[in-house]
Amino acid sequence: MVEFCIIYDKVRFEEKELYDKARRRGLNTHIIDAKSISIGTNSKKNDLDLGDIVLQRSISHYRGLYLTACLEFLGFLVINSFKVGEICGNKLLTSIMLAKQNIPTPTTHFAFSSESLSNLINKTGFPLVVKPIVGSWGRGVFPLRDSEAANMIVELREEDDNPLSRIYYIQEMVKRPPRDLRCIVVGDRVVAAVYRYSADKEWRTNIARGGRTEEASITKELEDITLKAAKVVGGGVLGVDLMEDDTRGLLVHEINNTVEFRGASKVAKTDIANAIIDYSIEAARK
Amino acid sequence: MKANMKKDCNDCGAEINVASDAMAGEIITCPDCGANFEIIEKSDLKIEVKPAESIGEDWGQ
Repeated sequence: MVEFCIIYDKVRFEEKELYDKARRRGLNTHIIDAKSISIGTNSKKNDLDLGDIVLQRSISHYRGLYLTACLEFLGFLVINSFKVGEICGNKLLTSIMLAKQNIPTPTTHFAFSSESLSNLINKTGFPLVVKPIVGSWGRGVFPLRDSEAANMIVELREEDDNPLSRIYYIQEMVKRPPRDLRCIVVGDRVVAAVYRYSADKEWRTNIARGGRTEEASITKELEDITLKAAKVVGGGVLGVDLMEDDTRGLLVHEINNTVEFRGASKVAKTDIANAIIDYSIEAARK
Repeated sequence: MKANMKKDCNDCGAEINVASDAMAGEIITCPDCGANFEIIEKSDLKIEVKPAESIGEDWGQ
């Protein structure tokens, strides 16, 4: 029987749901705090009691990413892999991977100093959107509608100690309805799709910003672009976010490798946690 | 069905209501002072907690 391990650093709805459902199915299930683990270059796989397959669910991107690297070094099969986490946890890498493989995505620019940002804006004009390269829940995502807003962001970023703050990820402001789409991909299936509507007086659609979800139909067009985008970043258990551009149609703007599915599970017809468990079992048997 | 448990806040002493199905790794919040604690151990008899990590810039997706 497959032994299954969930790695967390903070138990949320998703980890609890996965743990409860795996146990209810009679699977030998471990749930381990990432913060309790230490690994050395002389460690052996048997030093850790993690079973056959590890679901990396750490909420901290870097903790999850580098722990995954260590677990893969020891020979564990981790969902999602280090490579997938590295790309999806970084918006710049995701954007260039999507563009390289011709997946429709918003036009995005990267500037490597405040001066190059200023030159870029002189060429593009406003409105634009600035996003941090790493981070989520809509944190640090702001519309830039004029020079005043841009100058404010630059000043804040320049004072920040984080070296990534000096790399500017600037995206066109897509003309879209006040919603986006979150598709949950498990292997080669889109198991759920929801619209995320922004909260009152909020432009961002993140659930963490008070957004609400509504079930969306998984049309052939949505399924095709979502699965292609998931494949480009290496596949696995992913949250693919898309916008509906008024003229160009669907654009993939972000892919999440530790996908939160609380909102989606309220409206989805498929049991997302069980779909992830099925996929993990299948991966362990391969 | 098990009843909810009570835990005194380590910071202000107020009573925190802990759901019966709460598990290690979950965060509980004091209703009075807002301090967050991570459950490190929970049995039918006691709950052990430690101060929760503050939200990191790299948290969430």
